[in-house]
Amino acid sequence: MGRKLLLEHINVPNINTFDVYRSKGGYAAVEKALKTLSPEDIVEEVKKSGLRGRGGAGFPTGMKWSFLAKPEGKPRYLVCNADESEPGTFKDRFLMTKIPHLLIEGMIIGSFALGAKTSYIYVRGEMMPQIRILEKAIAEARNAGFLGKNILGTGYDLELYVQPGGGAYICGEETALIESLEGKRGNPRIKPPFPAIAGLWGCPTVVNNVESIAAVVPIIRDGGEEYAKIGVGRSTGTKLISASGNLVKPGIYEIELGVPVEEFIYSDEYCGGIANGKRLKAVVAGGSSVPILPANLINKTINQEARLMTYESLSDGGFATGSMMGSGGFIAFDEDQCIVRNTWNFARFYHHESCGQCSPCREGTGWMEKVLHRLEYGHGKLSDIDLLVDVSRKIEGNTICPLGDAAAWPVASAIRHFRDEFEWHVTEPKFCLQRNYGLAHYADPLPKPEPVAV
Amino acid sequence: MSEIVKVSIDGIPVEVAPGTTILNAARQIGGDVVPPAMCYYSKLEGSGGKCRTCLVKVSKGSEKDPRPMPKLVASCRTTVMDGMEVQNITSPEVIEARKGIVEMLLINHPLDCPVCDQAGECSLQDLAYEHGAAKTRYEFERRKFERVDIGDKIQLHMTRCILCYRCVFVADQITDHRIHGILNRGDHSEISTYIHQAVDNDFSGNVIDVCPVGALTDKTFRFKNRVWFTKPVEAHRDCDKCCGKVTLWYKGEDVLRVTGRKDAYGEVEEFICNTCRFEQKKTADWVIEGPRNVSNDSVISSNHYGSLNLPPVVKKNLALQESNKEQLERFTRL
Ligand SMILES: Cc1cc2nc3c(=O)[nH]c(=O)nc-3n(C[C@H](O)[C@H](O)[C@H](O)COP(=O)(O)O)c2cc1C
Ligand code: SF4
Ligand code: SF4
Ligand code: FES
Repeated sequence: MGRKLLLEHINVPNINTFDVYRSKGGYAAVEKALKTLSPEDIVEEVKKSGLRGRGGAGFPTGMKWSFLAKPEGKPRYLVCNADESEPGTFKDRFLMTKIPHLLIEGMIIGSFALGAKTSYIYVRGEMMPQIRILEKAIAEARNAGFLGKNILGTGYDLELYVQPGGGAYICGEETALIESLEGKRGNPRIKPPFPAIAGLWGCPTVVNNVESIAAVVPIIRDGGEEYAKIGVGRSTGTKLISASGNLVKPGIYEIELGVPVEEFIYSDEYCGGIANGKRLKAVVAGGSSVPILPANLINKTINQEARLMTYESLSDGGFATGSMMGSGGFIAFDEDQCIVRNTWNFARFYHHESCGQCSPCREGTGWMEKVLHRLEYGHGKLSDIDLLVDVSRKIEGNTICPLGDAAAWPVASAIRHFRDEFEWHVTEPKFCLQRNYGLAHYADPLPKPEPVAV
Repeated sequence: MSEIVKVSIDGIPVEVAPGTTILNAARQIGGDVVPPAMCYYSKLEGSGGKCRTCLVKVSKGSEKDPRPMPKLVASCRTTVMDGMEVQNITSPEVIEARKGIVEMLLINHPLDCPVCDQAGECSLQDLAYEHGAAKTRYEFERRKFERVDIGDKIQLHMTRCILCYRCVFVADQITDHRIHGILNRGDHSEISTYIHQAVDNDFSGNVIDVCPVGALTDKTFRFKNRVWFTKPVEAHRDCDKCCGKVTLWYKGEDVLRVTGRKDAYGEVEEFICNTCRFEQKKTADWVIEGPRNVSNDSVISSNHYGSLNLPPVVKKNLALQESNKEQLERFTRL
């Protein structure tokens, strides 16, 4: 059984209330932080822990905190990114629903470490129940003296607000989130300046994912070094994975980073294998934005090493044969799933969610969607496949924010690994409406790589 | 930091003030190394970064940190560093990306140039001519919108819009209160007034001048003529609202339209008021300064100064006679 740091007490009845949370050792980390540590000490602990941002990019949180500009006379802000809208990712919502005080505790510690006197939790608009849960939890924490003026008699003041968003995926991009928080249209800003210099209201701001902030609690409670003992290499600690798709037991798992992917899919401790006795065809390992991998590349890397659930191992092989950890949205596809249809579905999402500021993303996402729709319904041409690759290339890297890349990667990777299936949709337009292409050779063992000539 | 930053663009060195963008540094050099800019507008704060046509490659970041930048950058929003080396037309990667951007800008464009008032002075036309492909690869229905009048002088033809946001910045920064902006998102975004309110403001007409395409056009000029049949003439008047410095566009003896004076990059020198733009359409309203210089490769130049028949307005106006002396002599000799 792996260690649980975030979900340790998740099954305790009423852990969502302050009293139960407190009785399980909750808010001890705040006491420790405010009474015995300086803000610099906390940043140092987070650095030592090796915690990497759980929102997708995996940027070291301690480093991000230490980059925050501290000009005289300007407030600083900590903003929690709870806009979680990536298809396949649903871990933050779970955490906020079940154990809201963990996030609030993390927010207090983080705000103290960054010198923020006002902090925000920006929650996706559709998550109305979570917004109410958080507001209730904030009220409880305030009543107990953990928020407001002079917290625990230490002289530190903090106001924590919950801000509902409008339900746009793009408002999860940190600068779009800041614009939206300021009451404007949620268009990503052109960087630089980065939020660490000029973020919310032009002031230095840190934006962190819900899970990143929650992870600060065990880090401060047990110490950064203790946290860093879990995991492999630069992937330390535990990570929430939201597993979905054709699995026996889809759901939210807290894993120690470093669990082999094969174990995660097949062991009874985690997903328990592929549902209905089917075989695995493909996996999207980190939410819809990351490259999709066929079964034969997900359990083993191209060099026949076991692939682990770590930032490094999942991206082993680069874009040619690897993927990414992303936000931990693990989607499994069995042999009955159609990759073309899924790719179209993702493309449809990005087309719908593009903010429309920059031309390659605005126009290119719609174009890809239309071509994929045509392929899926058997009206495509063979040249469409190369067209898609070309369009995705023209978007990738040429946009203001990473949504353009996120729209391009799933399409490019699906064609890279499942080209036969796309071609089949063109050559057998009748069959592709009646049945699926099936597993084909996508789970076949990979040929041993040629030894590199020295 | 030193007072002068040295950069090179396509191998051509230039010295600029710190804080200058790559695009403006390139404009100081001029000529072919200047990246095309569809959304940046030097007079509008915050503009740029959106259309991505000005992407360039930074092959050397600076003297201090010579690493190249990992991605192409928008030259209009990237400031130069001392020792920076930029590639624009010398980078195949940039040319390829730009071709892609132009294609993207065109896939949903109606390509209705034959009936568009902007034709002949449209940045998108120029851009497509220079960087675009001859054939489209887009085989789907194009996005369409209804035409709307915003006020009695300006028409919005959203179908042609490239969402450069320039008009939004004008509304935000030049007029006293903004009542139009962008609705919706992605490729169904549209420029809209708040529930079709008329744009009614002394400076609202400037949205026509900043619009790089024919999405915002002057209703008083609508379908009157093709710009290349009209003759631009510089003129000014005493105006209590604006600088009063304009370009008059003549057809025969009639002033068909009044615009701000645009520079080589399609930017007006100064914004003008609606009175000058829409109300003053008689030669007598203006002090004529002389013909406007039109670059040789613009279609606008194709129909006048080269032609033997001088526009009638020249024959009547002293200032114009002076500046068109050569042609006038030739004309009278004949
Ligand atoms: C289009 C887009 C959507 C994003 N959505 C989210 C999101 O819903 N939640 C989140 O935490 N990060 C999201 N991110 C990542 C954030 O921009 C940012 O990197 C993250 O909040 C930083 O937090 P971290 O360092 O704790 O990971 C998104 C990024 C992009 C480009
Ligand atoms: S990449 Fe897409 S979502 Fe991001 S700023 Fe550009 S248009 Fe908007
Ligand atoms: S209407 Fe014209 S100026 Fe306004 S955003 Fe569209 S193209 Fe740009
Ligand atoms: S001019 Fe630079 S992005 Fe449009």
